Amino acid sequence: MEFLDPVLLARVQFAFTIAFHIVFPGLSIGLAAYLTVLEALWLKTHKTIYLTAFKYWLKIFSIIFGMGVVSGVVMSYQIGTNWSVFSDKTGPVLGPLMGYEVLSAFFLEAGFLGVMLFGMNKVGKKLHFFSTLMVSVGTLMSAFWILSVNSWMQTPAGYAYNEVGQFIAKDWFEVVFNPSFPYRFAHMVTAAFLSTAFLVGGVAAWHLLKERKEKVKNDAARLMFSMAMWMAAFVAPIQLFIGDMHGLNTLEHQPAKVAAMEGNYQTQKGAPLLLFGIPNDEEERVDYAIGIPKMASFILTHDFDGELVGLDQFAKEDRPNVKWVFYSFRVMVAIGMGMIAIGLFSLFLRWRGRLYDNRFIQKVAVCFAPAGIVATIAGWIVTEVGRQPYTVYGLLRTYDSHSPLDAPAVAASLAIFVVVYFLVFGTGIVYTLRLMRVRPGEKGDVAQEETKVSTPVTVSSRLPQDSNNSSEEDAR
Amino acid sequence: MIDFALIWAGLIAFAVLAYIILDGFDLGIGIMFPLLKKKEDKETAMNTIAPIWDGNETWLVLGGGGLYAVFPLAYSVILPALYMPIILMLLGLVFRGVAFEFHWRARKSQHLWDKGFAIGSLVAALCQGIALGALVQGITVEGRAYAGGWWDWLTPFSLTTGVALVVGYVLLGSTWLNMKTTGNLQRLARNIAKLAGVATFGFIGLISLWMVFIEQQYLHRWFDAPNIYYLFVVPVLVFIVGVSLYICLKKERDTSPFLLSISLFLLSYIGLIISFFPNIVPPSISVWQAAAPDSSLKFLLVGAAFLIPIILAYTTYAYWVFRGKVKEGEAYH
Repeated sequence: MEFLDPVLLARVQFAFTIAFHIVFPGLSIGLAAYLTVLEALWLKTHKTIYLTAFKYWLKIFSIIFGMGVVSGVVMSYQIGTNWSVFSDKTGPVLGPLMGYEVLSAFFLEAGFLGVMLFGMNKVGKKLHFFSTLMVSVGTLMSAFWILSVNSWMQTPAGYAYNEVGQFIAKDWFEVVFNPSFPYRFAHMVTAAFLSTAFLVGGVAAWHLLKERKEKVKNDAARLMFSMAMWMAAFVAPIQLFIGDMHGLNTLEHQPAKVAAMEGNYQTQKGAPLLLFGIPNDEEERVDYAIGIPKMASFILTHDFDGELVGLDQFAKEDRPNVKWVFYSFRVMVAIGMGMIAIGLFSLFLRWRGRLYDNRFIQKVAVCFAPAGIVATIAGWIVTEVGRQPYTVYGLLRTYDSHSPLDAPAVAASLAIFVVVYFLVFGTGIVYTLRLMRVRPGEKGDVAQEETKVSTPVTVSSRLPQDSNNSSEEDAR
Repeated sequence: MIDFALIWAGLIAFAVLAYIILDGFDLGIGIMFPLLKKKEDKETAMNTIAPIWDGNETWLVLGGGGLYAVFPLAYSVILPALYMPIILMLLGLVFRGVAFEFHWRARKSQHLWDKGFAIGSLVAALCQGIALGALVQGITVEGRAYAGGWWDWLTPFSLTTGVALVVGYVLLGSTWLNMKTTGNLQRLARNIAKLAGVATFGFIGLISLWMVFIEQQYLHRWFDAPNIYYLFVVPVLVFIVGVSLYICLKKERDTSPFLLSISLFLLSYIGLIISFFPNIVPPSISVWQAAAPDSSLKFLLVGAAFLIPIILAYTTYAYWVFRGKVKEGEAYH
């Protein structure tokens, strides 16, 4: 009864809840930073357009952040309900890192979120900006700690065992800055920024496509599109570079994961870079492989004839699931390449002064709006499935990590999670899309009148109701 | 002697108490939601907590995350033992949390998300109370793992503590509304508070007596000499606070009923700690047995000593920004 294996069910439950969760904090990191930049530009230039964009994305941010909070609380308890042996053994090392995340990040975000979302009429402009900044700093601190935790599970360092078999810290610096952490942190935060940039760019492009029919210049959409394309042009290539470094680091510490990513079953010199193929675990080869000869060796060893360790060097029970890792890796890389292409094309169009007129790039950008999110989840699958069959790589097996579980109870809670998450977060996504459909700076958008009134008190006293009404109207 | 395990037990106890009080009034408002008939009243009530609920809920994450960090054995025994109530609580909190946004974004389905807000709050509160009751009754442990059955948490006693916490949260929520609102809504909140106050008072008495019959340890802790000579202060204070609460509600005071309700929770909480100590998982795991090694306790304590005062400062600031009465129609959205 493979299906009722409670450990498998617990793994599916964790994977499902975290795959949903990771999208929201990822976008929160990016959007909080974007909002900080927009508010800073508004304070500096006093140009309404920045405030328009700020208010537009603030509403979307508040929904996404809320969904991140509630799905995140689930994660913090699920480690204990389903993975109690893991919790007991890793608690002394990983627990304090998570404790630091709560103390330095979650409280900071939550404490200033209220002021950021609802406080424009209650505090001065500078204090409000400070709140936005603190929320943004909080999202980054949160990423710092949780990725340190995750990286330690991948490349454990600085630890010892105590007499009851728990991991204990020997050197906290080595624990926190474990070998894969700097790469993973840079890769994930950059992914968050890129995901947000393409979401913003996609929404802006959609409004630019409509601009033609409306025959009214949409300045806010142009601003958003331009900012997003700058990010695509410069940050997407940087991400390729970071990803490459991260890959080299993985090769050093988790060669089995890289072998699965490359679909490299046999240890070989001059390994090809497989663009596509179907991994065949029985025959230990990739069927229908299309690849560039010697390229994988070159990328990973900087030598066309370098030797790459294959999965044959690992016992079958020590290998990750090749198919999941292999396909997800290709999805992630393909999207990354697409992003770089869009970014470079945007530079060309900008140079020719046609950035806002080219319908092709706008249509592509609309299609790429969710691309960063998809790539993030794909990358997450690569790194987490690639860590299997361990929870702490090489030290603690997944099948030695779980709670005393009862299959029906795990199955029931998994089923409820699936139903509730699709219902709740599905609805949230619909509401988010509805907000995105509203034209930035639409008639009655308060930001239009805002700058005419000088005293913040007067402005704000009508701000909230107005913005509420306008969004209601817009939504219809 | 004071050691790191005790300091951390105190800090975790503080985080849990902060959660119970702060999210208690949020959840209480959610539970009362169906009693507020007018749409404007519902929105006003929601707006009194919209800017702060997230910070309030973070104490729950600190309680859970802190337990994982400093008492990993307790974390890995309690959570599997309370699997169902914990999962249901989390799902309840999902519905409660998104309602703050969805209420303003929904069109036809607004009433459904409002129901989700109420039911989610109710389920979360009930499950927290059940979890508490199950913990009081004791958890079966073998080696370093939970060894009880799947439904051990479900007993008449745990159901009673579940209902008691729901009622207690309604008291916190209604006295909070009494403090933050005016007019009809305030009057309604005050009437609810009177009923909830009497009921809470009754439940405190019932559960306190029931507890000493459940476990010999609790009986001895409270009634053996010399403990009884100074511990009797606790029930006396509960009585005084309860009577003052009723009087202040009668006199239509704004702030004092809320503070007195908090005091009632604080006293009950102190009573629980007196019963539990030095166990963190009754009846068998003590604070010291569950504690992580000193290196972990010290490492996190450095951060906690530095960060918790800062957290308290900016949390107070956030409450200060949104101080005073929230008027009808003063929608933050």
